[in-house]
Amino acid sequence: MTKWLEQNTPKLVLAPSFIAVLIFVYGFIAWTAWISFTRSRLLPRYDIEGVIQYERLFASPRWDTALNNLFVFGFLFIVIAMVLGLVLAILLDQNIRTEGALRTIYLYPMALSMIVTGTAWKWILNPGLGIQAMVRGWGFEEFTFDWLVNPDMAIYTIVLAAIWQSSGFVMALFLAGLRSVDGEIIKAAQVDGIPTWRIYTAIIIPSMAPIFLSAFIVLSHLAIKSFDLVIALTGGGPGYATDLPATYMYAMAFSRGDIGQAASSAMIMMMVVFAIVVPYLYSELRTKDE
Amino acid sequence: MSDLSMSQATGQNRTGKIILRWVLYLALGLFALFYLMPLFVMITTSLKSLDEIRTGDLIALPRDVTLDAWRTAWSGACTGIQCEGVRPYFWNSILIAIPAVAISTLLGAMNGYVVAQWQFRGANIIFSLMLFGCFIPFQVVLLPMARMLGIMGIAGTIPGLIFVHVIYGLGFTTLFFRNYYVSIPSELTKAAKVDGAGFFRIFWSIFLPLSLPIIVVTVIWQFTQIWNDFLFGVSFSQAGTQPVTVALNNIVNSTTGVKEYNVDMAAAIIAALPTLFVYVVAGKYFIRGLTAGSVKG
Amino acid sequence: MKSVFFGAVSATALIASAVHAEPKAEVLHWWTSGGEAKSVAVLQEEFAAQGGVWTDMPVAGGGGDAAMTALRARVLSGNAPTAVQLKGPAIQEWYEEGVLADISSVAEAEGWADVLPASIAGHMKCDGTWCAAPVNVHRVDWIWANAAVLEANGIEMPTTWDEFNAAAEKLEAAGIIPLAHGGQAWQDATVFEAVALGILGPDGFQKAFVDLDMDTLKSDEMKAVFDQMRTMRGFVDPNFSGRDWNLATAMVMNGEAAFQIMGDWAKGEFIAAGKAPGEDFLCASVPGDGFLYNVDSFAMFDVEGEDNKAGQELLAELIVGQNFQKVFNLNKGSIPARTDVSLEAFDSCAHLSSKEMTESSDNGSLLPSYAHGMALRGAQAGAITDVVTAHFNSDMSSDDAVNMLADAVANSM
Repeated sequence: MTKWLEQNTPKLVLAPSFIAVLIFVYGFIAWTAWISFTRSRLLPRYDIEGVIQYERLFASPRWDTALNNLFVFGFLFIVIAMVLGLVLAILLDQNIRTEGALRTIYLYPMALSMIVTGTAWKWILNPGLGIQAMVRGWGFEEFTFDWLVNPDMAIYTIVLAAIWQSSGFVMALFLAGLRSVDGEIIKAAQVDGIPTWRIYTAIIIPSMAPIFLSAFIVLSHLAIKSFDLVIALTGGGPGYATDLPATYMYAMAFSRGDIGQAASSAMIMMMVVFAIVVPYLYSELRTKDE
Repeated sequence: MSDLSMSQATGQNRTGKIILRWVLYLALGLFALFYLMPLFVMITTSLKSLDEIRTGDLIALPRDVTLDAWRTAWSGACTGIQCEGVRPYFWNSILIAIPAVAISTLLGAMNGYVVAQWQFRGANIIFSLMLFGCFIPFQVVLLPMARMLGIMGIAGTIPGLIFVHVIYGLGFTTLFFRNYYVSIPSELTKAAKVDGAGFFRIFWSIFLPLSLPIIVVTVIWQFTQIWNDFLFGVSFSQAGTQPVTVALNNIVNSTTGVKEYNVDMAAAIIAALPTLFVYVVAGKYFIRGLTAGSVKG
Repeated sequence: MKSVFFGAVSATALIASAVHAEPKAEVLHWWTSGGEAKSVAVLQEEFAAQGGVWTDMPVAGGGGDAAMTALRARVLSGNAPTAVQLKGPAIQEWYEEGVLADISSVAEAEGWADVLPASIAGHMKCDGTWCAAPVNVHRVDWIWANAAVLEANGIEMPTTWDEFNAAAEKLEAAGIIPLAHGGQAWQDATVFEAVALGILGPDGFQKAFVDLDMDTLKSDEMKAVFDQMRTMRGFVDPNFSGRDWNLATAMVMNGEAAFQIMGDWAKGEFIAAGKAPGEDFLCASVPGDGFLYNVDSFAMFDVEGEDNKAGQELLAELIVGQNFQKVFNLNKGSIPARTDVSLEAFDSCAHLSSKEMTESSDNGSLLPSYAHGMALRGAQAGAITDVVTAHFNSDMSSDDAVNMLADAVANSM
């Protein structure tokens, strides 16, 4: 008995979390899938009605915009935030005297709720109030920075604010990674006279592969979840130019009383995300196993 | 230890190094300005009177500095019928965040330890399934979760909210610890087993003491997510268990009332203070983690 | 249906309901800002004076979206609040889900049918029984103006859209922004429905936005509405996107802009800034006949326990009571829903609103606001707003807009 217990301790430790995830993630996805085939409106109903919700979804021009925005926003946000986070971490790792203060400055945006920060960003980006007005006030009359009010560019203001909010955390991840790199190897490399930048590109960064994985997952999670940000900064506007699947889904489920439609949009969104994320995770985890 | 500093600077390229150093500080300073810009707007606005905001430039320095907005935000702003500011809601958030962060971090550490060091058949599949769970949009889980909480009898309670946060934090905490622990050589575990140490013994006396930097990262992440959560807080609370974000939202988001931007901004900064506090304190432990890490090397 | 949702009424609710107790109510609402919160506090005080215990459950945000999210979660977990701020057809939608309580006994005892305008009373009924209590009447189709700016430019309050356009061009030439507007979907919709009421007339409005008559939605008049929206777009400053409505109101106050089309909550902003109606700012109904109303109300949910039921009845009685209707609406800028409240203490805009409401009620032009969720269910109203805001914020032609409108409405069913 004790022997069995000893052998199976790892499985027993993992079991509760695994069961919880099965029910509260996969069970709920299955529930959503079911609802997406119904005519649920204000509250869930369980009578299957076919693919009507998906037909409605693909007939909606607003959903097209939202899905497109997810690609644009997700790609730019993840890539830029990851690069910026890595650069900041490397810069901070150079025995900077004010590291503590700078690290807090880079990290603090995560602490603030977007409900209000969105208002501050809205003012900064508003051509009549913020940066544009300020630079013009300095005498550069032609200076234009009107992304916020331009339907074609507004999505990039969301990218900007999202990077501002999250890149600090990515920096923290990389900083923790940089500091767990084996010091002996680096010393050996330094003794061999290898230049610093080569030590980074050839030794340190490749050894942080798991950190990149964490950063990628954190950022994709944030990209999918970006909801407060859009609501506070643009409210999905101008028009619905900055709508994302998450805001679309929320609007359908909670302000329009169209839960079936929300469920179908959630399913499509999850399929898209999984189609991109699963191959990446698969390759990452496989190489780790070997 | 990535101590790539200027210790090796030799005579001839010392000037170059000093210039590089200045460029480095300049770059860091410029980034700092970018990150501080919205905070500047928020702080200056919170120090203005409402009349000044109404008539003046929104992102100018205040003409007359007043702390009234801060007082109102803390203890006088209306969040409903009660006009007691965000103060009464702080306690709820603390009661939710601290246990939820502690439980999810501990579970994540154990899970990560199993997946990284005690591989069994199927462990990787389980880990992948948990990871994919990170990508579920929270809007999707609101309704079925509400039903489950009702069945479990913890709807609208603080334990209910803790439960929800732990469940949806597990994927991340497990991921963080797993990725940290895979870089620790498995020989360590093997040697300890030969010495007769068991599963928990090895965890407590070998892995946990090595984990400070990643615990800091995990706590920062979890605390931020849970403290700033609005969606779960608003859906799974009832009168008396609403967290501070709901109160903040109630102050800020009035549709047809007069908007008091100065109070909004002050309330937002006050609501963020605990997270900021965690960052400052946790930042210190980053450095400690570094020193602790050097022992292992 | 009902048994599915309430299969597991939470144990706490059962224990909490004492044997023979005082009236109790947990009230979910989204009135959290200063003036609004004070207004609700009046109700709470009256409730407490009658021995009631009020538990406050405020959730602001998105014009009630966040509160509706919380409500769904509460209902599904079998833990519904006793009274909920709900309005328009959403009341009937919740009724159809089988979760509302019947308050007919109070309504009949208090004679609500005699004191409420018929069309407003209609919103409070579900299958012939009373299921909600009205609080106020906001008028949506107001046009606000800076009195000094109009005088300096020799402009009268416009009574037709052509006059409005002429006035706007004159103002533009004088370097004043003719129309203060915030580019948020609901604000776009607010202007749109004001224009639509003027151009389609009350009958056309009824057909288009209440009956969803396809011919009206695709008609040439509807194209004219979109044409006028395109003209209005030219009268708005370039930085309007995402602006909060109250900042637009501030532009009118400062004389930066001349007009704003917004519901009567804008009056609260003017008054909070110390401006006087008729002197500093002017209020008038937008060009055209009719009256668009936005009525706030409370619906009672089906809950267990004698104390909760007593609480619901007391609450319903107080909400429609003379005193609350007066005090609340003085604070909020709206007018009482019941027509027999003395308006002595109200300002001139409120008097105008009340007078025109009675007239409109008599000639059948008292209409529900689509932009504020009074006329249509969420899915249809949302579909229309999507088109309106997409048109206003792009260079879409009126023909395309009308076709998109018809498609979107059909697709939302």
